[in-house]
Amino acid sequence: MSTPEQNAPVHTAGAAEESRPSLSALLLDPSFWADWASVVGLVGLVIVFGIAQPVFLSIANLQALLLAAAILVVLSIGQTFVVATAGIDLSLAAAVMLGAIILGLVYAAGWGIFLACVLAVLATSAVGFLNGVLITAGRIPDFVVTLGTLSGITGLGLILSGGEPTMVGSTFLLKLASGSFGPFGYPVWVAIAAVIVAHIALYHTRFGVHLLATGGQVESAGALGISTNRVKIAAYTISGFCAGIASLLLVARIGSAEPLINTSLLLNSVAAVVLGGVSLFGGRASILGPAIGALMLTALVNGLTLLSVSAFYQPLAVGAIVVLAALIMRYQK
Amino acid sequence: MSAVHHIPSSEAILACEGLSKHFGGIRAFTDVAFQARRGEVTAVIGDNGAGKSTLIRCLVGVHVPDGGEIFFDGRPRPFANPDEARKAGIETVHQNLALIDELTVAQNLFLNREIVRRIGPIALLDRKAMREQARAMLSRLSINMPSVNQRVRRLSGGQRQAISICRAAGSGAKLVVMDEPTAALGVQETANVEALIRRLREQAVSVILVSHNFDQVRRLSDQIWVMRAGRMVATVRSSETTGNELVALVTGAA
Repeated sequence: MSTPEQNAPVHTAGAAEESRPSLSALLLDPSFWADWASVVGLVGLVIVFGIAQPVFLSIANLQALLLAAAILVVLSIGQTFVVATAGIDLSLAAAVMLGAIILGLVYAAGWGIFLACVLAVLATSAVGFLNGVLITAGRIPDFVVTLGTLSGITGLGLILSGGEPTMVGSTFLLKLASGSFGPFGYPVWVAIAAVIVAHIALYHTRFGVHLLATGGQVESAGALGISTNRVKIAAYTISGFCAGIASLLLVARIGSAEPLINTSLLLNSVAAVVLGGVSLFGGRASILGPAIGALMLTALVNGLTLLSVSAFYQPLAVGAIVVLAALIMRYQK
Repeated sequence: MSAVHHIPSSEAILACEGLSKHFGGIRAFTDVAFQARRGEVTAVIGDNGAGKSTLIRCLVGVHVPDGGEIFFDGRPRPFANPDEARKAGIETVHQNLALIDELTVAQNLFLNREIVRRIGPIALLDRKAMREQARAMLSRLSINMPSVNQRVRRLSGGQRQAISICRAAGSGAKLVVMDEPTAALGVQETANVEALIRRLREQAVSVILVSHNFDQVRRLSDQIWVMRAGRMVATVRSSETTGNELVALVTGAA
């Protein structure tokens, strides 16, 4: 950069340190580990599980792992947008259930799979929109609103479905679940597409900058003319939309729409966001981080299963890793 | 000391007549006439609670006045909100330094006026252009910043204030309004910001400066307006006044 020679330079403090640090300095810097916690964790797990159980590294297992991670990756992306605004979406997993049930009922009513998928995604997006409106216009804390919609749409799902699962024997969904293109199954491609679109939205659009500004300092962002309420509503709507996509993948995967909430999906979506280096206080986010965090959590469960560790130990392991990640995160600059 | 006299309005970039603002039963200021001349630094001084900040907030659309008229660039322009004032060419440097810590210097300078490239229906940020223009904006005001990619969180109070002022000036604003721009700064940083305000004036940007540092006001401004207990009580040329006279005007001892 150029600075004019005449006129005393106004500020000099903090110069020079912005030049690129050496690799060893980087490795000694705790904030480097905090920013890359999910990548470091994933690589560590792959090495440990690969040594302990070579089957873990087989192509078939890695493909299964990616397939199993697809839903969590999509949900983590949705959660990331909300957390970036310093909020949280606790209704995410319940929205997935609602989407699945609506998909099942509309399909069972004979309206065709295409309309069923569209309505499922519309419904979950509407839930997100409602969350956003209640939080901004209603001035209710995000935690309370999404806890309320979590309960509300759980009830709605039970009422709509009568508590019974609906079989969805659609060939389209069957193909979505089992088909593949190149090395990856279709759900993996859906997740990859979601990562790319979300990354562009976050880093390469005005919306992305305004989202981070809103999450960083909401009053300042507002003072500069950013309509922070609209940004927040958009973030929750995106979260709902991601829940809808996840519900399609879920119904495709299990072949039926069940009125059950997978609470581990909600907890893991928050865990993946934390592992991905996204600040829970808002203003700082990435898409790749949470996506890799989701992969890491899936790899953990997959590896423990391969090592014949009882499923009872898996939540314990996930919990320990998330708390560890949060501790490392304190060193983030 | 001179009475409040009227300057021909063609010279005024921003002016008001008979302006009043009340909050419930509390009178912020009453029947205020004020003018800021084009290309000058106009200072508004007064004791705490004299109504300076509220007056400024009314002029830039943060508050809507209860009565009176506001003229910007010779035309009546009541601003309903700060965004309208900004679009008309008035930039405000906020007292609480409205910067976003987690964004970079360049992102802050272009916040809510990002440069985009259109690819069909999609508008993508032109980050390279914003970085380059951010460097140009900073160097035009001789602000030395290690990198425009640096997060604002790591900057000092003076550097942050410099960026706030740079953002206000860089938008091609006709008028930059600053409320206590050096209130939270140290001696050296205050000197730097004062140098920055002089540079704005050299570039023919009109400035309204709210302060209660009389020495600073006499150093920087061309015209000084004095408020006391919700009224505009006097206006003087900075070159024709003394610190003692300003103290007398502000306290009402004269």
